[in-house]
Amino acid sequence: MSWMRPLGRVLIPIVGAMAFAILLLLLAGANPFEALGLLVEGSVGSAANLSDTLTAWVTMVLAAAGLVVTFRAGLWNIGVEGQVIAGSIAAAFAARTIEGPVAVMIILTMLAGLIGGGLWGLLAGTLRVYGKVNEIFGGLGLTFVATSLTTYLIIGPWKKAGVASTGGTDPFPRDSWLPTIGTLRVSIVAVIVAALAVVAVYFMMRGTRFGLRLKAVGQNLRSAVLFGIPNKRYLLLAFIIGGALAGLAGTIRVTGFHHKLVPTPSGAHGYLGILIVLLAGFQAKWIAPIAFFFAAIAVGASQLPLQMEVDSSLGGILRGVLVLFVLLFGGWQARRAGARLVADAAPPVVPATPGGEG
Amino acid sequence: MSLELRDIHKHFGPVRANDGINLTVEAGTMHGLLGENGAGKSTLMKVLSGFHAPDSGEIILDGKHIRASSPQDAIGHGIGMLHQDPLVFLPFSVIDNFLLQSPGGLRLDRRSARREFEEVCERFQFSLDPSASTRSLTVGERQQLEIARLLWLGARVLILDEPTTGISAPQRVKLFATLRALAEEGMSVIFVSHKLEEVEELCQRVTVMRQGKVVGHAEMPTPASQLVEMMFGAPVEVEAAQPIELGDPLLRVKDLSVEERLLSIEALSLDVRGGEVIGLAGLGGSGQNTFMRAVAGLVSPAGGEITLDGKQIAGLPYRDLLDVGIQYLPAGRLEEGLVQGLSITEHFVLSDPDTPFFVDWDAAAEHAARAVTANFIKGRADSNAEELSGGNMQRLLLAMLRPGLRLLMMEHPTRGLDIESANWVWSQLLSRREDGTAIIFASVDLDELLRYSNRILVFFSGRVISEVNASDTDVEELGFLIGGKVREQQ
Amino acid sequence: MNELNTLIFTATPLVFAVVGETISEKAGVINLSMEGSLMLSAMAGFVIAFETNSLLLGFLAGAIVGMLVALLIAFSSIRLKLNQVAVGFVLFQLCVDLSTFLGNGHVRIAGPTVQAWSIPLLKDIPVIGPIFFEQNLLVYVSYLLVFGAWWYMFRTRPGLGLQGVGERPEAAHSRGIQVNRLRYIYTGLGGALIGIGGASYSLSVKIGWSFQHTRNLGWIALAIVIFGGWQPIRAAMGAYLFAGLLTAAQLLQEPLPDLAQVLPTIPFPLMILTLVVIYSDWLRRLTDRFPTLRAVFAGEPPTAIGTVFETD
Repeated sequence: MSWMRPLGRVLIPIVGAMAFAILLLLLAGANPFEALGLLVEGSVGSAANLSDTLTAWVTMVLAAAGLVVTFRAGLWNIGVEGQVIAGSIAAAFAARTIEGPVAVMIILTMLAGLIGGGLWGLLAGTLRVYGKVNEIFGGLGLTFVATSLTTYLIIGPWKKAGVASTGGTDPFPRDSWLPTIGTLRVSIVAVIVAALAVVAVYFMMRGTRFGLRLKAVGQNLRSAVLFGIPNKRYLLLAFIIGGALAGLAGTIRVTGFHHKLVPTPSGAHGYLGILIVLLAGFQAKWIAPIAFFFAAIAVGASQLPLQMEVDSSLGGILRGVLVLFVLLFGGWQARRAGARLVADAAPPVVPATPGGEG
Repeated sequence: MSLELRDIHKHFGPVRANDGINLTVEAGTMHGLLGENGAGKSTLMKVLSGFHAPDSGEIILDGKHIRASSPQDAIGHGIGMLHQDPLVFLPFSVIDNFLLQSPGGLRLDRRSARREFEEVCERFQFSLDPSASTRSLTVGERQQLEIARLLWLGARVLILDEPTTGISAPQRVKLFATLRALAEEGMSVIFVSHKLEEVEELCQRVTVMRQGKVVGHAEMPTPASQLVEMMFGAPVEVEAAQPIELGDPLLRVKDLSVEERLLSIEALSLDVRGGEVIGLAGLGGSGQNTFMRAVAGLVSPAGGEITLDGKQIAGLPYRDLLDVGIQYLPAGRLEEGLVQGLSITEHFVLSDPDTPFFVDWDAAAEHAARAVTANFIKGRADSNAEELSGGNMQRLLLAMLRPGLRLLMMEHPTRGLDIESANWVWSQLLSRREDGTAIIFASVDLDELLRYSNRILVFFSGRVISEVNASDTDVEELGFLIGGKVREQQ
Repeated sequence: MNELNTLIFTATPLVFAVVGETISEKAGVINLSMEGSLMLSAMAGFVIAFETNSLLLGFLAGAIVGMLVALLIAFSSIRLKLNQVAVGFVLFQLCVDLSTFLGNGHVRIAGPTVQAWSIPLLKDIPVIGPIFFEQNLLVYVSYLLVFGAWWYMFRTRPGLGLQGVGERPEAAHSRGIQVNRLRYIYTGLGGALIGIGGASYSLSVKIGWSFQHTRNLGWIALAIVIFGGWQPIRAAMGAYLFAGLLTAAQLLQEPLPDLAQVLPTIPFPLMILTLVVIYSDWLRRLTDRFPTLRAVFAGEPPTAIGTVFETD
């Protein structure tokens, strides 16, 4: 059956990851089935829980949507984490300095986040395009620069009235908080923004000349030049777009979740975005469901009868094992397909590289 | 040391690079292995040197069957290979290159190795500084380093794969002298080339390969025309291109100079008129491609003027030149021309300058399907570029050319194509002349150059050493020119 | 004086890790999981040493964990043709979470420690003795490792082969080197050293285990490998420099708290600066003109780093 192979390609790693998680739960002395129930209950079982899951989903989706753009351009934008943080800083700046009604503040903080993240992405891009600094190292380095900038601001110029503490700045004025409904923590605005972003990226990559050209740049820089594509400009634009979306995620982290600038405002959601995109095979259409699954695991795991930190690590393990298995299984299948020289072998779920040598 | 290869088979995926090769090389001789690009020469030599494992076949050295399943085995048996691009390690010093994977104990004794290196170099009058960085060496010097190393390791069969690519004329003279000296010492030298001139100069026997098979052996001297026929098959009589009325002066290149790492072009001038076809002849890497890339704005010239229709275009990037009607098609169809992973439809969308921001994929697919049929591309609109054969890739590339071009430049328009595809390619190109498009193309196929060009420029080491009218010359003269025979000997 | 002694002491885990990563990258395999594998091996080292009450077994456990993670990256690259960065990145996250989960039972408890042991005679050398030779065995091993790795890479025949494998694998292959086998060996060895680095953190420098015990140490190590120009001695110097920054940060905690927070991240801008400089045209021109400068500035990454090598 032709549909069985692609299905198996997804199912086998999922089953493997589940088996691994069950083993771990047994190790931790928990009943796996009870735990699974709690996980589902904890993530989508009530309006409050679902709202928490959606809150996590928003930032993951935004970071991942930006990463689709950079990965498609052949760029390993590991620096996405720093771009989220830069967005947080910029949004915090806007929230602290500008006063206005809620609607204006939403727009201004988001704009600030877009610019902050975009600039941070552009920085990695400039290093890559003009300084030949590999974006992996440049991005990682800039992430830590952003982290230490955050810490510096919290302890230094933006310190809490009275004593400086690494716990964060003073909360922002109420008007710059993303509005929520009732006691739920999720902001409808944030969900809409994230959904719009993922749809926009999907159509940009699929339906526009820009997206197509970006793919060409990512797959083969030299051919792209001969198609008359200004490749440097496209690489920089990819960094800016990817960074801006990550920055938007950073905005929502501080205006919709923390309501102040904290030392790690991103909550490592940028890094999670990378896992999501790897699992999605760099395709925008899979981002939303995978991110929802990841968010559900993250939120649901906190309901497990385990200590803090252990619970979240269990979710992390499940995510990590799943992505690892999908990668390894995809590589193994491609290898077998290559060995059998099947002309119409379907590409693995996750290509070895996002683009050509980029 | 005598060497025999029996019934060697080697395929890469569906490509039969070597299909039942038999070859005998006598001790103390220089044996030429001729064939055009892609004939399977390099693969055969990589099999012999243990770089690739053959699918089947035997290697017999001095009457004994040997297994060269790894380069280490081959070196152990005294078979050493000098690769086309010398396989040296650029950041290392010369002496470290010399020593890498040499036999011996744990500790590197650079001092005594230096002595031995200098001895080998002295024997062949190589002047290499052992402590220099390998990156600072010219290609010719890197070859010398490799030859010295292989001889030091005790190579008795020396394979040279296209060794004259990218080296200067004096270095070539020195290389040939070295090879002659080695053969006199009883070594077997296998000289792989697609350059007739060099094989004639050097070898006692020649084996010719075509499309993965041996098509003949010859004792030298053999008339060049006979070797050419073996390499390319019997000349196919196609009516020569119909001459057409040339248009107004179109492209003017004046005193163009380009500096690249391996090659520089100096003071090159050329005038091209509308509808004219200019063939660029020369050994691979003699400057033909560099020249075209400079005109196309892909390499920035160091000096000189380039004008199109009287407008200065030197220094403009390729994407701007596209808009004034210049287009360039590279030899690496999948490496540089097409994009792996994108469909034929997507290629047409990419190549169309009038594509709107929002792509209408239905219309694009329809357009692509029509183009596929009209250009006899074997494939579907949704086939990915890498699924196409070489001939169909070339058809796709031609189908994507912009309409109303002023100047088309092409590297090796028909390389590796079957005759039918090759003829189709040229019929397409020639029909472009009607609109006044000028064509500049580089080729190593002398027949092609003579048949389709108005004028032929012969390149040698970055200079145009001769410019001839295609109607006033023949294969033999062109062959001599390409070999640099008219150059002023010092 | 005392600070310098502490500096050498605290840098030791980092020294193991940077030398290990340097070896792996020299062979052409980038182990991007280092942040995670360092953490997991720190956990494993402490837990095993605690349970068995054997330091040796603790270090062995750390080394094995580091090696297994590294070998998984090598296997994915060599056999499955997967991207080393992708696999390394996933393993980074997975190992961090595994360390939290599996180490949960051993948080903030006392355990075995590597005891200080001064080297007789050497410790009496003025100035140098108290700084370098009033340490523990682990520190002395790290000295030997740094010089040993440097000597092996640049002064021995197999060391030249190691460099060749990461520089131009097809050329190494043509000379008879078994490229992929060496990649397994050196990546595994490098991973084991990273693992020992992790274990030496939890058994010697910051004894015990806690949530994300070695946080950011792996990323710092990754940056230092680049800063060190893929050369063990220079990388070790980078590790000491970082330890120096940490010490400075502690001293500045009171007078300049904001600066103190920023200092430990200095290796990252330094890494970026190093990369910008080594790729810049003017440096190439400079070293072409004055070849002696190359010894100081040479810091080229292994050309084939991160790539897959296939013979057919």
